[in-house]
Amino acid sequence: MIAPHGGRLVERLDFSERKREEAREMPRKEINIDMARDLGNIGHGVFSPLEGYLTREDFENVLEEGRLSNDLPWTIPVVLDVSREEIDKIIEGDEIALFYRDTPIAILNVEEIYPYDKKKYAESVFRTTSIEHPGVANLMKKEDHLVGGKITLLNDPPTMFPKYKLWPKETRILFKEKGWKTVVGFQTRNAPHVGHEYVQKTALTFVDGLFINPLIGKKKKGDFRDEVIISAYEALFRHYYPKNTATLSILETEMRYAGPREAIFHAIIRKNFGCTHFIVGRDHAGVGKFYGPYDAQEIFYEYPDLKITPLFFRSFFYCRKCGSVVNEKICPHGPEHHVNFSGTRIREMLLRGERPPELMMRPEVADAILQYDNPFVE
Amino acid sequence: MSEKQENKRRYTTVSIPTTLFKKIERRIEGTGFTSVSSYVTYVLREILAEDENGKEPFSKEDEERVKERLRALGYLE
Repeated sequence: MIAPHGGRLVERLDFSERKREEAREMPRKEINIDMARDLGNIGHGVFSPLEGYLTREDFENVLEEGRLSNDLPWTIPVVLDVSREEIDKIIEGDEIALFYRDTPIAILNVEEIYPYDKKKYAESVFRTTSIEHPGVANLMKKEDHLVGGKITLLNDPPTMFPKYKLWPKETRILFKEKGWKTVVGFQTRNAPHVGHEYVQKTALTFVDGLFINPLIGKKKKGDFRDEVIISAYEALFRHYYPKNTATLSILETEMRYAGPREAIFHAIIRKNFGCTHFIVGRDHAGVGKFYGPYDAQEIFYEYPDLKITPLFFRSFFYCRKCGSVVNEKICPHGPEHHVNFSGTRIREMLLRGERPPELMMRPEVADAILQYDNPFVE
Repeated sequence: MSEKQENKRRYTTVSIPTTLFKKIERRIEGTGFTSVSSYVTYVLREILAEDENGKEPFSKEDEERVKERLRALGYLE
């Protein structure tokens, strides 16, 4: 089986009552659900080899090189910001408890507190400093200092979808039990249209198993709501996917919309889940016109040491002349014969309560989406 | 810290035979590589990544417990 990123699956867990009681005696920092989810991801090795929040040397190296200070590929800073008032109450060497709604989620060993340059962060990670970019807008709201150090997870963060919540240790055992030696991971923040299905099944043709791993967490206005994505995939799996070669589980973390850099981050996460291959489509993790349509594929050439194999796909569309779903590489016909899987068009139809044509979206999937009054984030 | 000092901190020099250097220069002509250094860095990273071998991150007991959960969730028969 493919080794986790950095060679070892991180596990920083202590679910003992004693430790939880200790946490209640410590200085406390309140966190939101996205932060709680990322603590779960660190503790259970989704973000291996990270054992906590980045310390300064790693943080700066990630910005400048897209790598940790030991040269291992890592492109998205996983950091905890703290306010001036909070800094006054903690010193390096302290332990602080991170609480979500009165539940201690983790203990953080404060190794380092340091200022950072938001502009440099934005330019390096998002390739822009425009606050029109949702990732930059979020960054600009953050406090001016970061705290780095290892964490110990005390409680799993709450999830809305316990049935689909698997950690890397579990997916690795699942793949082993299924006898999958090669597994392709698919990242998504969308309900599936026929184009997605075609990409997934094309990739599956060449490997043993398909791991659909929708991202559940904070997204921007107009994206599909989490429960809609799950319902849509449940419908697709029920009617169109073989049980012995495809499986569905969620990844709970926020979208950063960092395009190319986030594509590498997503690939590393799937490697930790045990995937040997990772699908990278058009404008992966992109937003608006901030990235070129295939920037997220090109960045993989800078990482020969990633060890998970990216599978690059161009856009798929339906060709009336071919009578099937095709892409520009395999279809000789002009655009007048093509039906594009336009996300915007599908969205408009769904908002009007209409089923998109079967060429674009499976009717069972459309019905699963249409059972929601508003399927989109407001 | 100045940009020069920063670069000094992040990069170092290794020596390779001049003949090899020239051979690499010829090899990277017309490719996306902008310098011999970037090519050598790429190749070394590719080779060194081969060493990333991990042990199975779970014990037999872990495995049995996880399989039980996977069955309960419907992932395994």
